[in-house]
Amino acid sequence: MADCIECGAAVSLHDSLEVGEIVDCSTCGAELEVIATDPVDLDSAPELEEDWGE
Amino acid sequence: MKVGLLYSRIRKDEKLLLSELRERDHDIAKIDVRKQQFNVSEAPAVFDDLDIVVDRCLSTSRSVYATKFAAAYDVPVVNGPDVAEVCADKVKNSLALVEAGVPTPDTDVAFTKDAALESIEDFGYPCVLKPVVGSWGRLMAKIDSRDAAEAILEHKATLGHYEHKVFYVQEFVDKPGRDIRVLAVDGEPVAAMVRSSDHWLTNAAKGAETDTFELDERALELVEKASAAVGGGLLGIDLMETGVSRSDTQGSSGEREAGTASDANGDSREQSAPRDYEFEDYTVHEVNHTVEFKALNEVSGVDVPSEVVDWLESKAQSESGTETST
Repeated sequence: MADCIECGAAVSLHDSLEVGEIVDCSTCGAELEVIATDPVDLDSAPELEEDWGE
Repeated sequence: MKVGLLYSRIRKDEKLLLSELRERDHDIAKIDVRKQQFNVSEAPAVFDDLDIVVDRCLSTSRSVYATKFAAAYDVPVVNGPDVAEVCADKVKNSLALVEAGVPTPDTDVAFTKDAALESIEDFGYPCVLKPVVGSWGRLMAKIDSRDAAEAILEHKATLGHYEHKVFYVQEFVDKPGRDIRVLAVDGEPVAAMVRSSDHWLTNAAKGAETDTFELDERALELVEKASAAVGGGLLGIDLMETGVSRSDTQGSSGEREAGTASDANGDSREQSAPRDYEFEDYTVHEVNHTVEFKALNEVSGVDVPSEVVDWLESKAQSESGTETST
């Protein structure tokens, strides 16, 4: 578990967490980027950019 | 082998790839491009001893430059900067396909509103206006009238980035409610699927339903040619069926029934995603160089990350052999 940096609620995390992955806060819906996994550190995910895609 | 993964966000696609690489005990250097300084003459330490770099940048602009740097640092990169440059830009993509003789939707490029409006009127309604850089079906406009055309062109010219003043006007392809995505490595298909929607946009990112698809000989030929047209590599090739004649008059989103279809070669065969219509040919509307494959992995029955890593291993090996022999 880690705290949502937007609302402070506990965010449940799965086992295979990866730095750079995005997780959602189930309480406020914020998208959070995993900055570190040991210990887990979350930050606000970047906003969608126009050139994102495949 | 030691694999560098260029990224700024780890999607499910990258997780699948990382998991497969780790299962095979490959060393991985995750390279968050947001944190790097790419010097023009000296490679960052993270590039040391890499056998191959895989570009999984979410941002197209970063992808184009980061792959250029990887190549400048003499590290084999998938896909290479030349491929990225062609695929990142719809104009270059269309030109490459036409030059290679691959059927692709008829397209005009115009640099002013007036010139673009002339193209739109020439194509007739509906036609399509697309951004030259973009993905996931965003900022695509199906233009149904001159009024709409004038409004969209003015918005793009006034509010947009300068790239939005490169007006990419394309014929509207009356596809049968679906398009086809093929993941291929150097022109060899790994997996294919159809993406179906009642909406004119059938991108998976727009919520299209996906299903398996069996490629016929014509599709195989076009996948190979489209891949070669942009320089080969790990690609997502998008095709649409053209010249569709339906047995009913329900339009493109009617309920589909099992049956056979005649393909462009006149062959008749059972399709994995059955058609209730006939079609004349395919058109290749796009080739993507940082292809997403999670949906393909789920619907196709193919272990896509495994196939991709197989290919990466052989690619790294051949690149290493090239270095040794030169």
